[in-house]
Amino acid sequence: MPKLSPTIRDALSVSLTVGAYGVAFGAAGVAAGFSVLQTCLFSLVAFTGASQFAAVGVVGAGGSAASAIAAAALLGTRNALYGVQLAPLLGTRGWRTAAAAHVTIDESTGVALGQAARGEGAMRTGFWWTGLGVYVFWNLFTLLGAIGARALGDPAAWGLDAAVPAAFLGLVWPRLTSASTRVIAAVAMVFTLAVTPMLPAGTPIIASVVVAVVAGWRP
Amino acid sequence: MTAWIVVIGTGAISFLIKVAGHLVPARWTSHPRLTRINAYVPVVLLSALVVAQGFVVKTHVVIDHRLGGLVVALGALLAKLPFPVVVVSAAVTSAVLYRWH
Repeated sequence: MPKLSPTIRDALSVSLTVGAYGVAFGAAGVAAGFSVLQTCLFSLVAFTGASQFAAVGVVGAGGSAASAIAAAALLGTRNALYGVQLAPLLGTRGWRTAAAAHVTIDESTGVALGQAARGEGAMRTGFWWTGLGVYVFWNLFTLLGAIGARALGDPAAWGLDAAVPAAFLGLVWPRLTSASTRVIAAVAMVFTLAVTPMLPAGTPIIASVVVAVVAGWRP
Repeated sequence: MTAWIVVIGTGAISFLIKVAGHLVPARWTSHPRLTRINAYVPVVLLSALVVAQGFVVKTHVVIDHRLGGLVVALGALLAKLPFPVVVVSAAVTSAVLYRWH
């Protein structure tokens, strides 16, 4: 086996592990009532994990298309902030900017910034290898998860209805690194359940953003 | 129909947000308040999704077989087990409780 540069090794290991989460998304999509085709297209065109989970989560909770898209957009705003940081580094134009934007996600940004000590060339390599690597594996595993879930049938009988919130718990867990984030997470949970009986299905998830606005208003 | 609108709408808006980031001047997005709120949005939305998916049926808060799955998932996370173990152990627990009823 040829020796890979440390940057490419980082990129590929992140691509494979993160891409494997695609199984959970594929299953979540089908459990929420999307077809296998729709679920796969979702990963191909949206390609931003948390937003995808949120959108199918809102639909699964009985929410409208507008609520689902709004939830995805709110979770996707951080990708814009990543783009702001990456644009000067990548120096892309035209279709390459579109390609770079499409693979601008948590992981490609994280690996790129993590290569800073190895120089700007390594940062660009890290970004492209991670972005494209996650894209390939994420879509492959989405297909596997969707087909698997379709074959299983009734989501509740196979525990898929609990796998989806468990996946969200697994996604939020690494972000609960400080006392303040843990408090904010707990408040968001209580707030969401408190407003659930008062609002149309799916909208309490969007409404919870109030908690982020209040928490972030003052330093 | 809803599903198609969600797939296409989410795809379009996700892409536009990403492209916007690559094209706008940095100073537009550097307001500290915006940065702070944006940093909290993922924690808040993902937390809301945990309970909305775990304890809600339509507009009612309910406790059912999914609770068992979430408790096991929490245990797996506290034990630092990998993500697939978290999800699968939650699914198995919930399925057992669902069938047992």
